Amino acid sequence: MNFFTALLAQMPDAVAKGLIWGLMALGVYITYKILDFPDLTVDGSLCTGGAVAAVMIVNGIPAPVALVGALIAGGITGAVTGILHTKMGIPGILAGILSQLALYPINLRIMGNRSNVSASVDASPVMASIRYPEQTCLIALLFCVGIVLILCWFFGTELGSAVRATGSNPNMARAQGINTNRTKMVALVLSNALVGLSGGLFAQYQSASDVHMGRGAIGIGLAAVIIGQVLFSRVRAFGGQLTGVVVGAIVYYIVIALVIRMGLNTNDMKLISALVVAIFLAIPYWKNNLAQKNRRRNSSADGTDKDPAWNRRSNHA
Amino acid sequence: MLELHQVCKTFNPGTVNEKTALNHLSLTLEEGDFATVIGGNGAGKSTMLNAIAGVWPVDEGSIRIGGVDVTDLTEYRRALYLGRVFQDPMVGTAGDMTIEENLALAARRGEKRTLRWGIRKGERGQFKELLKPLGLGLEDRLTAKVGLLSGGQRQALTLLMASLKKPRVLLLDEHTAALDPKTAAKVLEISDQIVEEHKLTTLMVTHNMKDAIAHGNRLIMLDAGRVILDISGEEKKKLTVPDLLARFTKASGEEMENDRLLLA
Ligand SMILES: Nc1ncnc2c1ncn2[C@@H]1O[C@H](COP(=O)(O)OP(=O)(O)OP(=O)(O)O)[C@@H](O)[C@H]1O
Ligand SMILES: [Mg+2]
Repeated sequence: MNFFTALLAQMPDAVAKGLIWGLMALGVYITYKILDFPDLTVDGSLCTGGAVAAVMIVNGIPAPVALVGALIAGGITGAVTGILHTKMGIPGILAGILSQLALYPINLRIMGNRSNVSASVDASPVMASIRYPEQTCLIALLFCVGIVLILCWFFGTELGSAVRATGSNPNMARAQGINTNRTKMVALVLSNALVGLSGGLFAQYQSASDVHMGRGAIGIGLAAVIIGQVLFSRVRAFGGQLTGVVVGAIVYYIVIALVIRMGLNTNDMKLISALVVAIFLAIPYWKNNLAQKNRRRNSSADGTDKDPAWNRRSNHA
Repeated sequence: MLELHQVCKTFNPGTVNEKTALNHLSLTLEEGDFATVIGGNGAGKSTMLNAIAGVWPVDEGSIRIGGVDVTDLTEYRRALYLGRVFQDPMVGTAGDMTIEENLALAARRGEKRTLRWGIRKGERGQFKELLKPLGLGLEDRLTAKVGLLSGGQRQALTLLMASLKKPRVLLLDEHTAALDPKTAAKVLEISDQIVEEHKLTTLMVTHNMKDAIAHGNRLIMLDAGRVILDISGEEKKKLTVPDLLARFTKASGEEMENDRLLLA
């Protein structure tokens, strides 16, 4: 088989993974982009979702119900981070790290003190399986479309708008009577519920939950969010932005397939994605610096500052 | 309408940075009072407004708004009673959200946020009507992100938001200080209109003595966290800048060394 046919044969698997992890990336988008809260809980909550789903399925509970379990379990982990942050005054990043740390033994307990639980397709009917990547694509796509629609609705409501205001300007939000602790809580629960759901689906896909399955999830989530933003930079609509996140996750997994074909392994990929995320995060900063330098040069050339900050973007005032 | 009774606030108590910003400050505003507030740098003007808004709890004293004791209420709960505009145009609005979304948030100030639509039918038309008198063309840009607006436009929008749901007290903290003179005059004019139209009880901090004299029916001067001058009625109408400087010197026992104030 030549390089391209082999790569093509891997596409259904890559797309399926991308769609499943796309759900997680949507969760990361909610905290990182909307709430402006870099939430590191996800590395733990993804596994919590996977563990809960796998254990439920092994115990004969139907796969869709197991997914609801994963969703709820994920939401609870988000609530824990929220409590650490809003009720105990712990800075956001630290709150997420603490949750992640605490979740490791909890995830092991959920799996009966084993580091993995296998929930094989042969033993019980599941909704996603690596053995049928095409069907998985369809199911995961339905999930993604459904979740994107729900998020579009939610962030259009009063409560959703309040969450967005909290992320955009918490002082303004409080001045408008928004309980920012509550809105942060809502966003963290919603985000980690999606991450848990993603974990539940992924555990079914790979026929097992594993205590390490969430390791580096935040990196993948950020990469997906950033790739999506670059690809969909011209789309302003909220639904378009969310679609971009899912597409970003798919692109990420296609790139992984490519990279592995070229002889690198998935661990190398983590290094590459860290680099990509770092560079894309740096771009706006560099752009800004450059713009400032140019402005300084211009204003020193003719001795005036034609472009005071408060009037920069408009000709109205 | 607004009663501050013996309010104290010390920042960083027990450290080398300890700073008593409000020192048994008492002040009462009647319904419909429009008081301008002046005072040197660090006199406690912003701190007084933050104390009213509940940004942090005060150490001592009590605060009542419209007869309700709000001393122990958190910031977001007090928002029900207060409209606020800040010095920094970035602070009063959510830059990532559109003009209409910002207005819709303000229209629900102090209300519970439900799962109903964030902007209801009919509200857009209302917002347009409200924006038109500003004469800034914002009524045609309802779906523009607020981050794209100039500082003056953002302050005008913040003023509108602060008064959209009639507040018991309007707090303006040097809300024109970051604007160029022409824009500042325009925003000040809009402030006057809004206060007049809704008969709002208002506290307006300014560094401009002329503005402090020209606007409102009361003038309050703070120094070292206390009210040292409170001029109203006919006396306020006849006030001049030299008068004010002389009275400051008499009241505080020191020369006014704040050139920001004098420059006005
Ligand atoms: N959050 C804070 N933490 C510590 N110190 C503070 C804080 N806010 C105000 N202060 C201090 O309290 C004093 C009063 O400050 P405030 O901001 O009220 O002054 P102001 O009258 O508004 O002055 P300006 O004209 O400079 O705005 C100052 O010494 C200031 O450094
Ligand atoms: Mg101040």
